[in-house]
Amino acid sequence: MRCVRRAASPQGQYQSSAAASPDDSARPAGSGRSLPGRGLLLLTVLVLLEGTVFRLGAASTPDVSGHDTKDHHKATAIGHNSTKKAFPVLDLDYGHIQTPFEISLWVLLASLMKLGFHLIPRLSGIVPESCLLIVVGLLVGGLIKIAGEKVPPVLDSRLFFLCLLPPIILDAGYFLPIRPFMENLGTILIFAVVGTLWNAFFIGGLLYAVCQIQTGNSSELNGLGLLPCLLFGSIISAVDPVAVLAVFEEIHINELLHILVFGESLLNDAVTVVLYHLFEEYSGVGTVTVMDGFLGIISFLVVALGGVLVGAIYGILAAFTSRFTSHTRVIEPLFVFVYSYIAYLSAEMFHLSGIMALIACGAVMRPYVEANISHKSHTTIKYFLKMWSSVSETLIFIFLGVATVDGPHFWNWTFVTVTVILCLVARVIGVVGLTYIINKFRIVKLTTKDQFIIAYGGLRGAIAFSLGFLLKEDHFPERNMFLTAIITVIFFTVFVQGMTIKPLVELLAVKKKQEAKRSINEEIHTQFLDHLLTGIEDICGHYGHHHWKDKLNRFNKKYVKKCLIAGERSKEPQLIAFYHKMEMKQAIQLVESGGGVKMPSAMPSTVSMQNIQPKKLPPPKTVERALPQLPKGREEEIRKILRSNLQRTRQRLHSYNRHTLVADPYEDGFDKFILKKQKIIELENKIKEMNNYLTVPAAPTDSPTMSRARLASDPQAFSVKPDSDSVPIIQVDLASPQSPDTVNVMDEFRRADQEENQGLMMRCPRGPSEPKKSEDTEGARDQQKLMRCLSDPGPSADEDEDEPFLP
Amino acid sequence: MGALQSAPGQPEYTDLAEKTGCPRFSPCVFSVSFEQIAVLHKRFKQLSHNEETLRRDHFEKIPDLACNPIRAQIIGAFFDKRNYRQNGEGSVEEIGFEEFLVVMSHFRPPSMHFTEEQREGIRREKLRFLFNMHDTDNDGTITLEEYRHVVEELLSRSGALGKETAKSIADAAMLEVASISMGHMEPDEFYEGITFEHFLKLLDGFEIESKMNIRFLNMDTATMCK
Repeated sequence: MRCVRRAASPQGQYQSSAAASPDDSARPAGSGRSLPGRGLLLLTVLVLLEGTVFRLGAASTPDVSGHDTKDHHKATAIGHNSTKKAFPVLDLDYGHIQTPFEISLWVLLASLMKLGFHLIPRLSGIVPESCLLIVVGLLVGGLIKIAGEKVPPVLDSRLFFLCLLPPIILDAGYFLPIRPFMENLGTILIFAVVGTLWNAFFIGGLLYAVCQIQTGNSSELNGLGLLPCLLFGSIISAVDPVAVLAVFEEIHINELLHILVFGESLLNDAVTVVLYHLFEEYSGVGTVTVMDGFLGIISFLVVALGGVLVGAIYGILAAFTSRFTSHTRVIEPLFVFVYSYIAYLSAEMFHLSGIMALIACGAVMRPYVEANISHKSHTTIKYFLKMWSSVSETLIFIFLGVATVDGPHFWNWTFVTVTVILCLVARVIGVVGLTYIINKFRIVKLTTKDQFIIAYGGLRGAIAFSLGFLLKEDHFPERNMFLTAIITVIFFTVFVQGMTIKPLVELLAVKKKQEAKRSINEEIHTQFLDHLLTGIEDICGHYGHHHWKDKLNRFNKKYVKKCLIAGERSKEPQLIAFYHKMEMKQAIQLVESGGGVKMPSAMPSTVSMQNIQPKKLPPPKTVERALPQLPKGREEEIRKILRSNLQRTRQRLHSYNRHTLVADPYEDGFDKFILKKQKIIELENKIKEMNNYLTVPAAPTDSPTMSRARLASDPQAFSVKPDSDSVPIIQVDLASPQSPDTVNVMDEFRRADQEENQGLMMRCPRGPSEPKKSEDTEGARDQQKLMRCLSDPGPSADEDEDEPFLP
Repeated sequence: MGALQSAPGQPEYTDLAEKTGCPRFSPCVFSVSFEQIAVLHKRFKQLSHNEETLRRDHFEKIPDLACNPIRAQIIGAFFDKRNYRQNGEGSVEEIGFEEFLVVMSHFRPPSMHFTEEQREGIRREKLRFLFNMHDTDNDGTITLEEYRHVVEELLSRSGALGKETAKSIADAAMLEVASISMGHMEPDEFYEGITFEHFLKLLDGFEIESKMNIRFLNMDTATMCK
């Protein structure tokens, strides 16, 4: 591993940073304008990056220490008007901030590029983002080179494997669709292990043969031994998860194909790692004995299973930790990230498969962690993972472009062409051959179309490049040629295959992913079918897939869940858990929509409970369906949301004249609501029924004002600051979409006061400091409770469209 | 029926294979093979203690089935005449091997060579089986009561908690069905229950044909063509 550092030349860098900083601040505003504008921005960024080296943060410490003395000066100097020599009023110390600054700039560049692509209409529909990013990387690298500076070794293997890759893999592992993955595990494993082995040996072997034939004219290929060829084959044969994800996310292919290709790309890591180390080790020696091959197989098992084991252990630890986090909700997400990262590092430390460790860790911890953590933490985890992984992905593709410009290339037509062709041929033969075998065992056969997509989706990516980059030049004089060939293959797969796969999917009419959300009926039938099939297998006396799954589930329920999940939720069957999630989601949607404007999408019609309730027993439904069904914790959670956001606010409004609100700034939309009056009356009925359905006593519909206010404002606003002692009680502006819990606590404490306060509060113009309102009657006790409540805001109305709740 | 201990491939099985292989609405492209029939027959004998027929108590003695929450419904399905492809109704007390086999044949995996039409046929057949399991009184609709019963059974292993929630889950599910299949309803209208058409519509994206299969019945699927 290498981490190249270069002493910064202070003068030039000061110059560029000073010149660029004003532009820098203006950049976000101009980012979305047009292509020329963006080109300008790009230039600005380039000026900044010019001649600088991207390094890992840790490596820069000695560099910084040299500037320490200057810093002290700077700290004291500002504000004094003195002579130049005594106190420099403005001092430039770029070296001090160089590394983090450059990292930030790269990230900013990546994010802006991503942003820009989606602003250009139609472009993102034709060209996959990964291609565009590589092009950007090429441009950036080219400009750096034109500027006559040394191109930073951005895609340093160390940086890549320790910083850029883990977020993507964790994101994939944590949100891995377990069910289809497990159902197709056999197929995936065969593709990942046998397929990759086949590819490696086929490509390596035939390359060697070609090199032997070619002895006549091209002298470079003469010295190429079998082992370097095989090493090259093993590097180039692995399907890359980053590239696959980037392309497959965009084509929305059906779940089966997605999980097959993507699962393969994840699990082939172990094979690649072992083959890579094996051939690297022995290419120096020159010979491989049968014994070495045998050791290689054992090593593969150790690497793969060891990786999974390490990941599973950390996953269980993370789940166990999350059991106790109910009092410190804010750091919950951190546990997920840190445990996973440590799992990855631990696995890498032993040269185990870090990717498999991360996948195992994420997949193992998820069900338990999700049951333990609050809804807010879940959203945080989700967003952080998505953010990190998308930034990493963007950076990887940009860096790939930069590294292409940078690298010392050695272009050998024969070698490169043969490699590209062999890669394609090996993939096709491998997939078709393996599918023929696999289909004998599969219940749902893979069709020819499926095979085509699997073969065509075998994209190569930055992992191959990084592995090639890791080769030492003194051991492998062909390194540059290898790198050139690897880059060519990557570009070929990402550009040609990545760009054409979407039209091909359309052309072949491959089944697409169904966008429909999981309904409660489907969940019921999934469960029902599971039990039914288990039962039938038992009757057949055949211990198959379902039988063992059932056994595992029962074990999980009986022992594991009890240890890893706190409280009552450990006993919750899956169906009930699903129902509660759905229920809460609808409650939130209902709250968000203000109870009237748009109905939750799951209930698009006007059908209500009374339509399906048997006529014989109509009245007692409210009573019998009221709260006792739910476990205490969940009930409270749901109740809180509804109470604080629907019922309470409504009650307040009802106790007081609507017309006094006309002066309210949120009243702008009132007219529209008068126009929609008919609709609202209709909806009122529905809401009543909805609440009923949500197992909360019926409440009248929201007032138009409230819904307006809530819709118009950002649901995330969280302006309450519990740190001022002089104002022990914080009154939340009722019209603002505060966290429901916050409102709720206040409600619990001051039911009596409410009625008087409302009018005043509703009229309050909302501002960051406005919600604070002093109340003298309440004591520190409430303050304390409020603090706790704020530390765990609980579920709030910030649900988004992609259903984070549902698995 | 007669004694069926003969080896696979014997003419005794041919008749059975044809009966179990041909769904009512699709030509016979696929069926339960001789080997599978033989294996199942062995199991049948084992369950019935070498008697000609199986009764409910035979099923109830299967140890692995004991902790299945929907055991009663699974067993019920075996004694339900509607599942025998003879348009019968009601239930029987004991079943022979033929009936056993016919019920089992609902769990065949679809063949790769199926046309879209045949696939749809298989799909309907499998869904009909599920529907019949839910529709206990055989009136063509799954009423709210029946649906509640299904969910209750499903959650019957999770104690009091499950029992209490089951009702609201079933209500929510029923509400969903009603809104999917009826669209708009006036407050005084009444949704009687899920008809088979609604059931089909409801599980449209469910891909039952690729899910409701048992690997056991997957050996050598091409043997019985014709």
